[in-house]
Amino acid sequence: MFRAEYGAILASLIRFCGGHFEPAEEALADAWAVALDRWSAEGLPARPAAWIQAVAKRRLVDGMRRRRVHADKVDDLRLEQAGATGGDEIVAEADAFPHDDRLRLIFTCCHPALHHDAQVALTLNTLCGLRTLEIARAFLVREATLAQRLVRAKRKIREADIPYRVPPPELLLERLPAVLGVVYLVFNEGFAATAGDALVRRDLCSEAIRLGRVLTELMRAEPEVHGLLALMLLHDSRRDARTDGAGDSSCSVTRTGRRGTARRSPRASVCSNTRSRCVAPARTRSRPRSRPCTPRRVAPRTLTGARSKLSTTP
Amino acid sequence: MRYMLLINSPESHYATLDADQMGELMGAYGTFTEDLQKSGAMLSAERLQPTSTATTVRVRDGKAQAVDGPFAETKEQVGGYYLIDVANLDEAIAWAEKIPSATYGSIEIRPIWEPDDPQG
Repeated sequence: MFRAEYGAILASLIRFCGGHFEPAEEALADAWAVALDRWSAEGLPARPAAWIQAVAKRRLVDGMRRRRVHADKVDDLRLEQAGATGGDEIVAEADAFPHDDRLRLIFTCCHPALHHDAQVALTLNTLCGLRTLEIARAFLVREATLAQRLVRAKRKIREADIPYRVPPPELLLERLPAVLGVVYLVFNEGFAATAGDALVRRDLCSEAIRLGRVLTELMRAEPEVHGLLALMLLHDSRRDARTDGAGDSSCSVTRTGRRGTARRSPRASVCSNTRSRCVAPARTRSRPRSRPCTPRRVAPRTLTGARSKLSTTP
Repeated sequence: MRYMLLINSPESHYATLDADQMGELMGAYGTFTEDLQKSGAMLSAERLQPTSTATTVRVRDGKAQAVDGPFAETKEQVGGYYLIDVANLDEAIAWAEKIPSATYGSIEIRPIWEPDDPQG
């Protein structure tokens, strides 16, 4: 539940905080702690994600009241309204995760005014709920360094006033490639991990595919989004065949279809077909010809630029 | 939200322009400034004299020292600024892209430190 819903809950809380990351993250962490405590005693509620979001939202409302951060009348009115709703109503309200909140979040995380490394780290941290240590491992940097990078990026979002929104149509085509690039980097890091003992980091591959799915749900008419998901699913279908029983990389010549994760392939074909049906890829609309997704693009491009540890067996 | 758009460009660039080209550049700046004013976003703007006219002051160990020239040797120098008030960074970027010097120099966008911003 945690991984799957974390990004959606956080995205809506950030919107509730007027685009501020830190208070939303603190409220979510608090709510999660309350949940662990309460659920172990009382059992799981009917809608755990909505429960957590409702508790986090209440924390935010209480915090705003105490500190009186927003002192003007408009905000007071908003707090009155939010505070006046009863428990069930809050849960009901929280239950509706507006899809575009996650989209707002990923476009904000991948804003061009942020450093590329920070874009990837922020996306993994906020949308995928990966902890600082996990991201630091993927980047081959110390946890403190990564933590500092995240703090700086969040500070820049706040102080330079990077808007928490999906870019307007005139900016969308310009900004989408950065988002797709970040998702693909996350996938590649999982596909040929630069850190850790495993060649394939299933968690990162799955996160990237999950983000890809979210993007296709949210931007159904955008061919590049479907193309990226198809590409990731196709490669992921070969995931188990890439390593032998001992977890070492296996040579393509000796591979058989036997270990292929076949269940993802039909979905990949659907995505690929959907992409073909869409008008023209966003990234290439201004160019004369669209660039197909060829296996060449899969050459491991790593987060750190470090050599991937592909050791082909003879 | 207020932003300072600092116009950085190589001063040597202007020496390569003839009178017509210089007139064209000034015309482009005139149009840009007018558009910015009409939008209501402009607070102020100034063009600076070249760095050859600059004086740099430092106080070290309580002693003031004024020397000729800019602080450091860099390829681009601050040649002017626009102080604007817009909704967010995206709007500031949109204006910065339209500054004529952006095609041969660069525009640095700096948010203004407001009194209620946290220190540090």
